[in-house]
Amino acid sequence: MFQDEIEALEAKLGLERRAFLKFCAALAATMGLPKGADAQIATAIASPAKRPSVIWLHFQECTGCTESLLRAEHPTIEKLILEIISLDYHESLFAAAGHQAEAARYAAMAANKGKYVLVVEGAIPVKDGGIYCKIGGKTALDILKECAADAAAIIAIGSCASWGGMPSTPPNPTGASPVNAIIKDKPVVTIPGCPPNPYNFLSTVVHFLTFGALPKIDEQGRPLFAYSRLIHENCERRAHFDAGRFAMEFGDDGHRKGYCLYKLGCKGPETYANCPSILFGDVGSGSWPVGTGHPCFGCTEKGVGFYKPIHQLADVKNVVPPASYPRIVEEQGVGATLGSAAVVAAVAGLAAGAGYKLAGNLGKDSSDKDAAE
Amino acid sequence: MTLDRRNFMKATLGGSLAVGAAVALAPGDAQARANKQMPPKALGLLFDSTLCIGCKSCVKSCKEANGMPAEFSTQDRLWDTPLDISGKTLNVIKYYAEGTADHKDQEKDGYAFVKKSCLHCVDPSCVSACPVAAMTKNPETGIVGYDPDICIGCRYCVGACPFGVPRFQYDTATPRIQKCQLCKHRLPEGKFAACAEVCPTGATLFGPVELLKAEAKRRLEIEAGSLAVYPRGNIEAPYPSHEKPAPAYLKRIYGEKEIGGTQMLMLSGVAFAKLGYPDLPEQSYSSKSETLQGTLYGGMILPLVALGGLAWATKRTVGSHSDEKGE
Amino acid sequence: MKAQPIGGRLISPVTLVLSVLVLLAVFFAAQRFLFGFGSVANINDGFPWGIWIAWDVVIGTGLACGGYALALLVYIANKGKYHPLVRPALLASAFGYTLGGISVIFDLGRYWNFWHILLPNYQQYGSVMVEVALCVAAYILVLWIEFSPVLAEKFGWKGVQAFTDKWMFLAIALGVLLPTMHQSSLGSLLIVFGYQINPLWQTLFLPLLFLISAIAMGYAVVVFEACTASAGFKRSLKDELPLIADLSKVMAWLLVAFILLRLVDILVRGEIGAMFTSGFKSFMFWVEMTLFTLPVAMLLSPSAKRDARTYFLAACSMLLAAVLYRIDAFLVGYETGPGWHYFPAVPEIMITLGIVAVEILGYIIFVRFFPVLPGHSPDRAH
Repeated sequence: MFQDEIEALEAKLGLERRAFLKFCAALAATMGLPKGADAQIATAIASPAKRPSVIWLHFQECTGCTESLLRAEHPTIEKLILEIISLDYHESLFAAAGHQAEAARYAAMAANKGKYVLVVEGAIPVKDGGIYCKIGGKTALDILKECAADAAAIIAIGSCASWGGMPSTPPNPTGASPVNAIIKDKPVVTIPGCPPNPYNFLSTVVHFLTFGALPKIDEQGRPLFAYSRLIHENCERRAHFDAGRFAMEFGDDGHRKGYCLYKLGCKGPETYANCPSILFGDVGSGSWPVGTGHPCFGCTEKGVGFYKPIHQLADVKNVVPPASYPRIVEEQGVGATLGSAAVVAAVAGLAAGAGYKLAGNLGKDSSDKDAAE
Repeated sequence: MTLDRRNFMKATLGGSLAVGAAVALAPGDAQARANKQMPPKALGLLFDSTLCIGCKSCVKSCKEANGMPAEFSTQDRLWDTPLDISGKTLNVIKYYAEGTADHKDQEKDGYAFVKKSCLHCVDPSCVSACPVAAMTKNPETGIVGYDPDICIGCRYCVGACPFGVPRFQYDTATPRIQKCQLCKHRLPEGKFAACAEVCPTGATLFGPVELLKAEAKRRLEIEAGSLAVYPRGNIEAPYPSHEKPAPAYLKRIYGEKEIGGTQMLMLSGVAFAKLGYPDLPEQSYSSKSETLQGTLYGGMILPLVALGGLAWATKRTVGSHSDEKGE
Repeated sequence: MKAQPIGGRLISPVTLVLSVLVLLAVFFAAQRFLFGFGSVANINDGFPWGIWIAWDVVIGTGLACGGYALALLVYIANKGKYHPLVRPALLASAFGYTLGGISVIFDLGRYWNFWHILLPNYQQYGSVMVEVALCVAAYILVLWIEFSPVLAEKFGWKGVQAFTDKWMFLAIALGVLLPTMHQSSLGSLLIVFGYQINPLWQTLFLPLLFLISAIAMGYAVVVFEACTASAGFKRSLKDELPLIADLSKVMAWLLVAFILLRLVDILVRGEIGAMFTSGFKSFMFWVEMTLFTLPVAMLLSPSAKRDARTYFLAACSMLLAAVLYRIDAFLVGYETGPGWHYFPAVPEIMITLGIVAVEILGYIIFVRFFPVLPGHSPDRAH
């Protein structure tokens, strides 16, 4: 049965069976799922019955998120994303335009009520009633609320939708806000990044597809599999940091030798993302900002990316493990041990005993000496 | 038979009363020595605890620059993990943590890093204590240096230093004192202190103490939260500087006045006493000790006068009841 | 009362035990010189000076102040009647100081450079230690010169006798001046330690306090030695008792001066609080002060018993007090910062015990062979 489905998928996607299974295994590994999950994923993807409807909204954004998804070097990703899900509304990819497109959205929402996945790309302006972003005469704010009402799951893709991103940079004239600032009654998975890593998005979708639930997330809605560790912790240049070898400026000796970019303002030590682990663009090692010699600018991290100047130094977050720092007061030296205390006690006891005995003798002796006084 | 107390006191305590009088008069005495003054070209460090990120580059590079061995405090004995400065370690970064330790440079529920190494006192106790001048203060740079070929290993300097800086090697038959000498061996090569050279944030800054003091004062005047520029490396020829919002500094430069001043100055957001740097008076302990010694033994005048009196007294009495000739 | 050798056998249970202690100390000393301090001692950077300084040198020379204290009485205050006590006290002093001087070598990390401290081109005169080292070295020499008549008497060196007769007054004058200098300086050593010494001990009056207590220790030791020698060698105390009584009284008045000076000093410095708030340190302070006060009460109160036992116990209390005072000033009251611990290690204690053993052994051998103790009827009544 499963074999048949995969064969059918092969035909449909023009994808070799081996490549498909590899892809499923890669997704399972990205999410840190146990052995056997790749088979479950493969089944889920290959089974046409489970193809979920997806509504993809664009607000204050640059379409970089979509671009990164589509322009992945791996030839099958866009095919997969388009074939394993039913993309019922996507402004960039739609052939339809104007009211026709809006009608398609309403149709999909009605047909898959309570079952569709809502993906939001871009921030939502809320200032002045949200008038700074309108589609078909409706504000982004209204569209979002409308679509979120009946969605089975909401995914905010990119930093703008996740925490406000670039549009929310102070002074934030439009009141650009993230999805989870507006939709409070449903969990919103955020995939921050500018652009976000397509695998983190795909993995989240496939997790939903396979297990019928969204992956575990942190308090900011980020999937733990992708955003639970600092870039600094997995950085390929970490050894240089630990050894105190730093690039001082672009193009200097240390920079050419691939030393740590901390002094150039790398935000790796305060940015949570898996960039150094899964890289970008499927072209092999070094294909991420730090790998190419530019400091991380903290695009995934609220309060860092688009907020701190690029060359400002990061606040290093992982001072753990504390055991590696000596405390202000360390207990040092050796106090009394049983042995040494015993020796001292023995000597003192001996002296006291001898003194006592002597004093006793002197007492006897001096009884007839009192006359001497 | 009862002893004539008055006579006895007069005679036996003559010397000690002289001592007492001299001690009592010491502060006003001509021999009194004030705190020493900083050499005009004194070199030093400025350590800004709020800039320190605890990367320990300085610890590592210090070891390298001074050829010091690794020191282990963990079971695996893999990494150099000194708990304190010691006979093997001249510089460590220590960690202050309180409560949840969530906020940097905050005393409550916060954490902070602090550098522990020689402060190069303007009037150092170790130099005053050393009986053989193995510990010396360079008259030009003010660097407190050590010469093992002269040292007798008495460890008076170890005990005397109010910061507990000179450390001794207890695990060898040919031990030495070890302490930071501000990379004085690198200065002729045109380099400066290794700890400042590698510090990524400029938390440890090298340079003439006068400039460092001015820099410290500048930092204290910056409004907390506003963007400020921080130089790195050597303040006279700094590496590219960096900008960051200024922290809430304690309005105090540690080492400006403590026991007559030190050539390593410190800034912090957490009380220095909590970071292992005690509150100290302005008068140096070495000036106290040397004033006392100078008063009692200056020019050996008091002892010679005393010897004269004693010789006269003994000459008078020795013959009268000599035991040497037998009775 | 002419001094005579007391003779007798050298090998006894006491000397055997002492010899074993010496051998043990030699073993541990070898270890120390081969592998460094850490192999035998617990001294560390928080307590760079352990019992080898506090006991062997500071207390050791304090206990060896008998010769000095008696010289003050006999030659300066012209009290010739104490003369019979001079020789045994001098011997104990010579031994105490010589061994104190030698034990410094154990405590010098770079002992092969020790001669630097004797040469003016190395000496750093701001250091209290220079003064202590030179004075102690000179005093050891002076002590043996003072003691030389005993050797000359035994071996019949007429030339030496003539020479010492002529110049003895100068040796004795030096023998009074030098201890006055270095016993006070042993206290001054601590002044540069500053705040690290608890205010109960840290004061500019340290030299005076050390000096007074050292002189008092000297008298206490003479009394102690007379009592122990009489018990140990089974000699009667009859002839010495009046002298002992007077010495004890002198000691008691010194103690009054010491206690008053100390309390007034603490009062004036406004450190009364430290007497109660310093935990273990406060406790030790009170133990010390109690032991200092006990002899005063025992000796000066009108109802005081005037027997050998009282003098002996008063002397013991005084010695214990002075020993504690020095241990407290150098170790208990010293804190270079929190987190540091020190208690002597067993081998460390054994080396110190070995030095003490050498001292007692030497004393026993000397009094048996040389005319040291005042001669009189060798037997007691029982």
